Amino acid sequence: MDLYRAHVLVCGGTGCTSSGSNELIKRFEEQIAKHGLDKEVKVVRTGCFGLCEAGPVVIVYPEGTFYSRIKVEDVDTIVAEHLLKGRIAQHLVYKEKEEHEDAHLSLDDIDFYRDQRRVALRNCGVIDPENIDEYIAFDGYQALAKVLTEMSPEDVINEMIKSGLRGRGGGGFPTGTKWKFAAASKADQKYIICNADEGDPGAFMDRSILEGDPHSVIEAMAIGGYAIGASEGYVYVRAEYPIAVKRLQLAIDQAREYGLLGKNIFGTGFDFDMYIRLGAGAFVCGEETALMRSIEGKRGEPTPKPPFPAVRGLFDKPSNINNVETYANIPQIILKGADWFTSIGTEKSPGTKVFALGGKINNTGLVEVPMGTPLRDIIYKIGGGIPGGKAFKAVQTGGPSGGCIPADLLDTPIEYDTLTAIGSMMGSGGMIVMDEDNCMVDIARFFLDFTVDESCGKCTPCRIGTKRMLEILERITEGKGEEGDIEKLEALATNIKSTALCGLGQTAPNPVLSTLKYFRSEYEAHIKEKRCPAHHCQKLLNYEITDKCRGCTACARVCPVNAITGNVKEMHTIDTTKCIKCGSCMEKCRFGAIVKN
Amino acid sequence: MKSLAELQAIREKTLGKISMRKDADESTRIVIGMATCGIAAGARPVMLKFMDEIQTRGLQNVTVSQTGCIGMCRLEPMLDVLVPGKEKVTYVKVKPEMVSRIVAEHIVNGRPVQEYTIGAAE
Repeated sequence: MDLYRAHVLVCGGTGCTSSGSNELIKRFEEQIAKHGLDKEVKVVRTGCFGLCEAGPVVIVYPEGTFYSRIKVEDVDTIVAEHLLKGRIAQHLVYKEKEEHEDAHLSLDDIDFYRDQRRVALRNCGVIDPENIDEYIAFDGYQALAKVLTEMSPEDVINEMIKSGLRGRGGGGFPTGTKWKFAAASKADQKYIICNADEGDPGAFMDRSILEGDPHSVIEAMAIGGYAIGASEGYVYVRAEYPIAVKRLQLAIDQAREYGLLGKNIFGTGFDFDMYIRLGAGAFVCGEETALMRSIEGKRGEPTPKPPFPAVRGLFDKPSNINNVETYANIPQIILKGADWFTSIGTEKSPGTKVFALGGKINNTGLVEVPMGTPLRDIIYKIGGGIPGGKAFKAVQTGGPSGGCIPADLLDTPIEYDTLTAIGSMMGSGGMIVMDEDNCMVDIARFFLDFTVDESCGKCTPCRIGTKRMLEILERITEGKGEEGDIEKLEALATNIKSTALCGLGQTAPNPVLSTLKYFRSEYEAHIKEKRCPAHHCQKLLNYEITDKCRGCTACARVCPVNAITGNVKEMHTIDTTKCIKCGSCMEKCRFGAIVKN
Repeated sequence: MKSLAELQAIREKTLGKISMRKDADESTRIVIGMATCGIAAGARPVMLKFMDEIQTRGLQNVTVSQTGCIGMCRLEPMLDVLVPGKEKVTYVKVKPEMVSRIVAEHIVNGRPVQEYTIGAAE
C-alpha cells in the first residue's frame, strides 16, 4: 500500500449499498483514473457511517468533507472539483437544515455526530473492513496480544467484571460474570459463541458492526476463548445479511493467514479458531438455547434453563454466548482499562449503547451514545426530531419484546434499569419513533403479529396465548371490540409472561402491556366509541365532505367504488355504506373539503 | 504472525497511510493552491514531491491537501504549512527541488525555511 494524499471513503453498508454505492465506487475509480489521480487518491469501501437517511454517503479525507445523497453523475463533479482542484463541491455537501448555507461541514461538526460517542462503532466508516492491516493500524489485535502475553485468564475475567460491561443483546447480564461461570466449568472442550441473529424489526447495529468492523468481533471472541478456556468459536449469523457474512468470512480468512487465529497464537501456545454458522432468519433462534440447537443442526427450539449454557451448552459442552455489540466493546476495554470504560455512561450501566433510529424521525440511522443519555437528546438533538412538524407520541424500544415510552417520559435517561422500570426494555437497541398519526393499539397489534409469526410453537402459552391476544387486538382495531377485552388482554399477558418457556414468549406481551399502561384511553376509544383517535385504523374511519366543497367532481371521478355523488358546482356526498376508506378522494381534493374522523 | 513485533510493524506501516482519517486536529497540514493558476505554475509536481517525501520519511499525521486560488497568482505555486498550535507559514514560488528542505527543516524540525516564505518574497 502506498501513500495517498486523499482518501475517498464510500459507505458500503447495506443501506448505502442498496442506494447504489457500488456504482459510485466504480465511477470514482474510473474518473480518478481519467484525471490521472490514481496514484494520489485512494477509494475505500467502508462500513456504515450511521446517517443512513442521507445515503449514499461519501467522505473525502484529509478535509473530512461529508457528501450526502450522492448520485453517479455527482461523482464527476467531486473528482473534477474537489480531488483535482481542491475546491469542495459545496452543493453536494450534507446540510443539516436547508438554511445552512455554509455547508462546509466535516463529520465532527454535524449535530448527528456531535453528541455521539463511538466505542463499538469506532471503526465503522473509518477503516476498510476487508483490509486487516487497517484494523491493525487502529490498534487492532493489540488487546489480544495484551491478554495473551501479559494477563492470565483470571485477570481478563476480573477486568471484565470491573468494567461492568452488560450484554448488549438486550438481557443486560454482566459479561464478566457470564465468563466467570463458563471458566469455572470443567470440560475437555468449551465453546465461545457470537449471537449475530439480529431479529428485532428495525435493529441493525450488529449487522453494521459485522459489515464495518468484523475483526473487532473476531479479536474479542479470541479474548473470550482465552478467558474461559475455549479453543473454538461460532458466529451464528442470519443468511439474510449477505454483506456481513461475506466480510466476516473474509476477515476470518485474513486473521488465519496472519496467524491471529489458529495454533499457537503469538507463540504463546494458545489455540483458537472460529467458524460461521448461517441461520435461516427465525426470530426464536436469537434465544441462546434455540441458537445452540440450531448450530448443532437441530430444530431451532429453546430448551429450559437450567442447565445454563455455561454448564451445558453447545454440543453439551460449557459455552459462553455474547452478542456482536458486546464483543465489539471488549478489545477497547482490555486496551484502555476498566476504569476508562466505567468513566463513560452511568454507574449501573457503564459504556455506550448503539441505537437504530427508525420510524417517524428525520435522521434515520445508527447512533451510539453514552448510557444515561436522555431519550429526548437522542430523538431531537441527534435524530433531528419528527418530520413534517408532527407531534411526538411515543418511542418503542426493545422491539417486539419491549414497550412504548410516551412523551412525558422523554427525559428518562436511557439505561437498562430505567427502561425496565418504565415497562420497556433495552432490547438490542431498536428505537422506533411514532408520531400523532400512529395508533397505539395498531402498534401493539403489529408487534404481536410479529411474535405470533415467530413463535416456535413449543410451549402452549406462547403458541396459543399470543394468538388469542392478537385476535382480540385485531377485533379492537376493526371496531368489534367488546367490554372486557382490556381485562382479558391483561390476564392473558400476565399468564404468558410468567409461564412461557423462553424469552420470546415471556416478553411478547410487553408491547400490549406498555401501550395499555400509557395509552389506555386509545384502547377505550376503540372499544367504547368505535373511534380511532389517531385516525389510523381504516375500519373505524369515516370520510366526510364539508361545505368547503366546490363541486369540482374530482373526488367522484377518482373514487374506485363510485361512493361519491353530486352535481357539478354543488356539494358532493359520500355514501358511507359503499365507501371502502381508501383515502383517494382526500388526496385528490384541492380544497381540503374532505375530512376523516 | 509469529510475534508481537510483526503486529507492531504492520501497525506502524499502515498507520501513516490512514492516520488522516483520525485526529484531524493534531495533524500537520500542507495545503497547496491548485487552482488553474497554481496548476499552470507547476503545483502538481510540487504536491507529488511532498507526498514522496512524506512516504520516504514515513511521517505520521501529515496530510497533503489542495485549495483553490487565494488571489496572488503571480506568486504561485503557493502553499501553506499548518502545524497545530503554530502560526500558518506560507511558502511561495515553490519548486519541487525546494520540497525536501521544507519537509526536513520545517515539518520535521519545526523551523520554517524563511527564505522561501511569502515574507521573504515581498
